[in-house]
Amino acid sequence: MSSGNVLKSEASEERGEFSHQSTFIGAIAIADMLKTTLGPLGMDKILQSMSGVDSLTITNDGATILSSLSVDNPAARVLINLSTTQDQEIGDGTTSVVVFAGELLRMAEQLIARGIPVPVIREGYQRASAAALAALTESANANDGSEEAFREELFRIAMTTLSSKILNVDKKFFANMAVDAVLRLGGSTNLANIQIIKKLGKTMEDSFLDEGFILDKQISVGCPVDLKAEDPEHPLRVLVANTSMDADKVKIFGSKAKVSGATELAAIESEERRRMRDKCARIMKHDINCFVNRQLVYNQAEEEFAAKGVMCIEHADFDGIERLSLVLDADILSTFDTPEKARVGTCQRIHEIMIGEDKLIRFAGVPKNQACTIVLRGASKHLLDEAERSLHDALAVLSQTVKDRHTCLGAGSSEMLMSLAVSREADEREDLTQVAMRSFSQALENICFILCENAGLDANTIVAKLHAAHAGGHKTAGIDIVNGCVGDARELGIVEALKSKRQMVMSATEAASQLLKVDNIIRCAPRERQQGQ
Amino acid sequence: MSNNQQSLTMAVDEETGRPVIIIRDQEEKGRITGVQAIKQNIAAAKSVSFILSTSLGPKGADKIIVTPDSEIVISNDGATIMEQMDLEHPIAKLLVDLSKCQDSEIGDGTTGVVVLAGALLDQAESLLDRGIHPIRVADGYDLASQIAVDRVRELSMPMRANCAKDVTPEFKQFLVDAASTALGSKIAQGEKLANVAVDAVLSVADLNRNDADLSLLKVKGKVGGSIEDTSLVDGIVLDKDISHPQMKDVTPDAKLAILTCPFEPPKPKTKYELSISTVEQYRSLAETEQKFFTDMIQRVKDSGANTVICQWGFDDEANSLLMQNDLTAVRWVGGEDIEAVAIATGGRIVSRFEDLTPEKLGTAVEVRQEMYGTTGDHMITIQGKRGYKTVFVRGSNKMVIEEAKRSLHDAMCVVRDLIRAPTLVPGGACAEIAASLRITSVANETDDIEQYALRSFAAALDAIPMALARNSGLQPIEAVAQVKAKQLKELERDPKYKTTLGVDCMARGTNDMAEQRVFETLASKTQQLTLATQVTRMVLKIDDIIGQL
Repeated sequence: MSSGNVLKSEASEERGEFSHQSTFIGAIAIADMLKTTLGPLGMDKILQSMSGVDSLTITNDGATILSSLSVDNPAARVLINLSTTQDQEIGDGTTSVVVFAGELLRMAEQLIARGIPVPVIREGYQRASAAALAALTESANANDGSEEAFREELFRIAMTTLSSKILNVDKKFFANMAVDAVLRLGGSTNLANIQIIKKLGKTMEDSFLDEGFILDKQISVGCPVDLKAEDPEHPLRVLVANTSMDADKVKIFGSKAKVSGATELAAIESEERRRMRDKCARIMKHDINCFVNRQLVYNQAEEEFAAKGVMCIEHADFDGIERLSLVLDADILSTFDTPEKARVGTCQRIHEIMIGEDKLIRFAGVPKNQACTIVLRGASKHLLDEAERSLHDALAVLSQTVKDRHTCLGAGSSEMLMSLAVSREADEREDLTQVAMRSFSQALENICFILCENAGLDANTIVAKLHAAHAGGHKTAGIDIVNGCVGDARELGIVEALKSKRQMVMSATEAASQLLKVDNIIRCAPRERQQGQ
Repeated sequence: MSNNQQSLTMAVDEETGRPVIIIRDQEEKGRITGVQAIKQNIAAAKSVSFILSTSLGPKGADKIIVTPDSEIVISNDGATIMEQMDLEHPIAKLLVDLSKCQDSEIGDGTTGVVVLAGALLDQAESLLDRGIHPIRVADGYDLASQIAVDRVRELSMPMRANCAKDVTPEFKQFLVDAASTALGSKIAQGEKLANVAVDAVLSVADLNRNDADLSLLKVKGKVGGSIEDTSLVDGIVLDKDISHPQMKDVTPDAKLAILTCPFEPPKPKTKYELSISTVEQYRSLAETEQKFFTDMIQRVKDSGANTVICQWGFDDEANSLLMQNDLTAVRWVGGEDIEAVAIATGGRIVSRFEDLTPEKLGTAVEVRQEMYGTTGDHMITIQGKRGYKTVFVRGSNKMVIEEAKRSLHDAMCVVRDLIRAPTLVPGGACAEIAASLRITSVANETDDIEQYALRSFAAALDAIPMALARNSGLQPIEAVAQVKAKQLKELERDPKYKTTLGVDCMARGTNDMAEQRVFETLASKTQQLTLATQVTRMVLKIDDIIGQL
């Protein structure tokens, strides 16, 4: 093109082959980087922030690794977004979705080199994905049996999710904990209701799921620190509030005290104090033993409460009061004029406990269980952070499984199943899409391959055996990582959520197909930063 | 800069050799005149249309654009690509406007119009080389465009009687086909989305007036799931949560108070000062304040509302009172959304609590809050009594969703245009080839200089089927020649034959577009032809560029 410089001078453009190349290089680089973290024996990564050595993260979680990378390549950024979506939607499988998308693009690169047109590859991938999902759904376990059996299945999912993470050592313990916590939510997927408190010290095994609820706050000075209901029939009454307890300001805009002398000032000041006292009195009219506020409680009010033997807890933040209102079955109140309408929370005992060196408040004997607290203990901050991430993944995937009960097999079994289904479907096609479908099937098989490789096994032999087992009709065959051979995934108890696997296949296909379609990458000139801002 | 640019200073010198200053800072400015200027402009236009030409058609490619703010946009939509590319050349900007114009008028065909303009200018360049005056070229193009539009009209197929009140299944199928054609180039699962788009537009269509108000349709997206999970939701979807965690998640038979006044003590706009100097004043002020809140809630309660949609925030106390009074409330609902809620529920937007009366309330079948994914994101659906619909787009990442939203907009515009004027033309560049053949035959009978321009226009029209064939992996010259030969054979029998032959982009083994059910709207095609011709004339008329060196 002559003189075709229509873009701004700092802008750049990659076309055709170059654009494809840049897509493949970027996407495959990201996938290859994550590849080694896949599976139960996958490796961890150290992420060091650009600001210095201080902030160090050790993790095995795909989404965490990717979200801390600063990447320029557009294709790589699409994959990162893919992983974030998987994290938001399911919470697990964030690594496999990226690795699979990478494998699909790697296969596509070879297809393009062989001269297969891009539209054909996309169509083939689309067909293959439909075939794979059909096979996967057919193999799924609906878990419509007894609740105990479902709990067992949930436990297995938690075991599978945790096995690749740092909690591997105590995974039975943590899997049980995660299942208990999620089942207590009663079908809600709001993970904010499961509070994870991290405290340094002791070992991982000393972590626990509390029967009641723990608030990481302190009881105000002068208040009783241990309240116990004398009679279980008359539990303690707790008022959960969100109100300002500093000075009860008049909020009408523009109001201002204008006085002519010290006497008048004193009068108004004492009136203000009287108002606060009034408010405290109104609050205590609810016949309560404990007052929890989201905002600060100032000394005057604190004294008022302490004088009446009411326990006062201040600054319990949004999540804190929301969880409390759930477990105590209380309304969150901001007005106190109608004690008869207000629902006041109840519990059997509120007391201060010590974990490590910190004081926390424990609410025991709570009427409802829709929120709960997990206290994590561990030797270092990094360990605790990674444990929290792992546990969060497990909780997320479990809560989604409670919603959609279908499960499928892990350990490469589902992948091999889908791979064979796609390849069978490919046999029936007479056009070029056949080749693309075979590549899709190969990409699925490559996931099994990576699983073995990360476990230090003889990948070629095992994948070949696994393939043969599936082809021979043993549809539950999977990789037995521990014994280094082909086993039965169902017997090994390696189970994953169907939703997670489905989303992985759908998302990866969608992203690969989207990236393949691109033939031109245009980078605009970066917006000029204005100086001095 | 190239040497065909002259400095302005050299143009005008006085006797002593000192330059005459005509233009401010003229020594820093450059100037190109005459044919050189036109040629430079043509080169710019060609390079833009070259970028877009690979996006044309059902198998056209996408572009990744990294915007100045380092965001990533992946798109196949001509208007979007052009807009995001951040072009600098003035002629390139003209083409951006061209594409936008097609977008706002028709919504579809934004790529085609730019490619056609590029091809027209490309052909014009060789005419200029032969010494034909640019204005003669432009005049010839105008004539040709008129012939082309006439021929395209001949091809058009009215889909139903203009005042039919009902939607027959056949008509609906045509709508789906046209929407699929519009979506085909953009998203893999076009079929499903086309159905969603048609259902959406039909649900808001007013068949008495033959129009559809697209402002009654909202398109919202949320990452997760796959494009195939995209669905049409009955009602409005708000990306908000209910203001108090303990309010009800589901309110059936909702009566909505739609407020644009905050649940806070009033703030008069006039500046004022309230001075408190005595204890009594302080006390009465505090009491008034309390009364404000109880009054507000009481007014809402008295009107019979059970749901409050508010544009502004709530005070903590107000929020608590609302919850205690069994009122579900949503706060910080933006201006556009609140209007939508008002239209959908048939309520009135109330700006003062005093004005709230039962007849001003909106009614909804249900107000429901739902949670998505693992991060606790909420969405509120308000299912109104009136036909307000939301297309809820899902997808594996945010780039896919953005592209799906744009494509859906295009498809819905196509469907709306068909409800307005239910006339289709065959797709697959059938119309372009037919027009090209007609212009060539007219050119043969023209005995003045316009003949050249007519031939060039015909050649330019061929660029569209060529690009289509090339993008679909066919041999472009061979494929286009075949279609041309077949169409000519039809014309021998009847010079006004309604041909349906086009380029077989999907490799389905037939050139018959009616059989493949690939259709475009007549409005879009004729608009493309006239707009592209107009822009070409504009570019050909510029003979002087003065700008920074």
